[in-house]
Amino acid sequence: MKQVGRAIYAGRADGKALVTAQPISFYGGVDPTTGKVIEKGHELQGESVKGRVLVFPHGKGSTVGSYILYRLSKEGLAPSAIINEESETIVAVGAIISEIPCVDRIDLSRIKPAVMLRVDGRTVRS
Amino acid sequence: MLSGKEGHATKKSMEILVALGEIYGAKKLVRVSSVQVSGVSYKNLGDAGIEFLNELAEDGRARVKSTLNPAGMDLVNWQSQGIGKDFASKQLEVIAAYTRLGLEPSCTCTPYLAGNEPGFAEHIAWSESSAVVYANSVLGARTNREGGPSALAASLTGRTPLYGYHLAANRRPSLAVDVEAKLTAPEDFSAMGYFVGKIANNGIPYFRGVEGAGLEELKTLSAALASSGGVAMFHMERVTPEAKGVPSGTDAVSFTRRDLGETAAALNDSGDPDFISVGCPHCSLDELATIARLLKGRSVTREFWVCCSRAVKALSDERGYSRRIEASGAKFACDTCMVVAPIETMGYKVVATNSAKAVHYLRNNGLQVRFWPIARCVSEATEAR
Repeated sequence: MKQVGRAIYAGRADGKALVTAQPISFYGGVDPTTGKVIEKGHELQGESVKGRVLVFPHGKGSTVGSYILYRLSKEGLAPSAIINEESETIVAVGAIISEIPCVDRIDLSRIKPAVMLRVDGRTVRS
Repeated sequence: MLSGKEGHATKKSMEILVALGEIYGAKKLVRVSSVQVSGVSYKNLGDAGIEFLNELAEDGRARVKSTLNPAGMDLVNWQSQGIGKDFASKQLEVIAAYTRLGLEPSCTCTPYLAGNEPGFAEHIAWSESSAVVYANSVLGARTNREGGPSALAASLTGRTPLYGYHLAANRRPSLAVDVEAKLTAPEDFSAMGYFVGKIANNGIPYFRGVEGAGLEELKTLSAALASSGGVAMFHMERVTPEAKGVPSGTDAVSFTRRDLGETAAALNDSGDPDFISVGCPHCSLDELATIARLLKGRSVTREFWVCCSRAVKALSDERGYSRRIEASGAKFACDTCMVVAPIETMGYKVVATNSAKAVHYLRNNGLQVRFWPIARCVSEATEAR
């Protein structure tokens, strides 16, 4: 598979896909001290985002979420890259300040769970 | 600025603004005259947040009037609030970093009562959702609902991408609200805001038939609209400057006496409060006068916080209100509030407040909440236990 989207923060990274069809709230939804998804009832609850290429439609919740991504990155617990359908303020700003490669306008339904992905600029390959 | 010639902080800020501009289809950046930055409480920022701010402070400076949201504690009297030493020293580090960046440590959610009051049609970049609604609606200034980092980026560059609420075409009403209920107190406006915020979601409500909307009513309405929904602006007939009628074909709803009663009831949990607080958003001078009058000759029997900005507190000192409030045993909580201070870790279980916004966020923090008018907050706070 190869798809070309829009680079929100251009960079190169590899990792195993962690895929959800549900939006993610980093503030309150991901524990900045463990990297685990803690939002009750979320598809990814209990999964760690560390080193994964995190694939989700878009962010939600408080804009403090951008700082949570930054905290994760400083702790070495951040995803290696982010792929969105449509990035919004929280994820875009979080990716930029944390320097996490981030691409949006990608058809998420074509990405299989747990497949190895490479993000490079605005390109996503498996 | 984007090339890095003006330093790392300016470059990073520009990257943020350009990316947001591209996401939201802005054609260009526009100069802003005023900035309000959220993301001040150490409770939300953590150590990484401090590190981020310190990194920016190496070469970044605010280029326009920029003020701060409330912090996690009173910056002067934190000890009497029961705040721990470790939290306090971290919180002071946050404030020091922002101060180095040239932002004013006003630490209030009502910057428009504390010297940061933009004029009509000015472009500004504010975070703090309640102040965004107040600025767009009541002042007629123009801002999107910024997050902390994007507002900070606007401060360090003096610019914001031109999209959304900066454009006149996006400031028109999307939902008419016919207010049939008689609103007799600010708390009624707060409940109405909570009700309408849920329905309007990200739209622009246009209120018709409202009487008695003064500063306090509009302030609490703004806060409630932005907490149950994503409202960034409203119009109110004969009150707000851009209320020029509703285009034909706009959806309309009514807000009845029954809606008011049901909303207020739904905002009320049960239990006897061990903590009572007013001032969400931060109290105006008139509200402090009211509290001083209600507390006259009484003593509080449980923890009672009056939240306001340090600027309004100074006026209240001059008028003699502060002395009367403090004589009752009530505590001023300047620079902070019941939502951003870590009260859930201080042993409190049930909180009473007169703000629907505070109810919303205190519940998220795991507390039981009572939603009472200000007079009842004071009378219960001074009742013998």
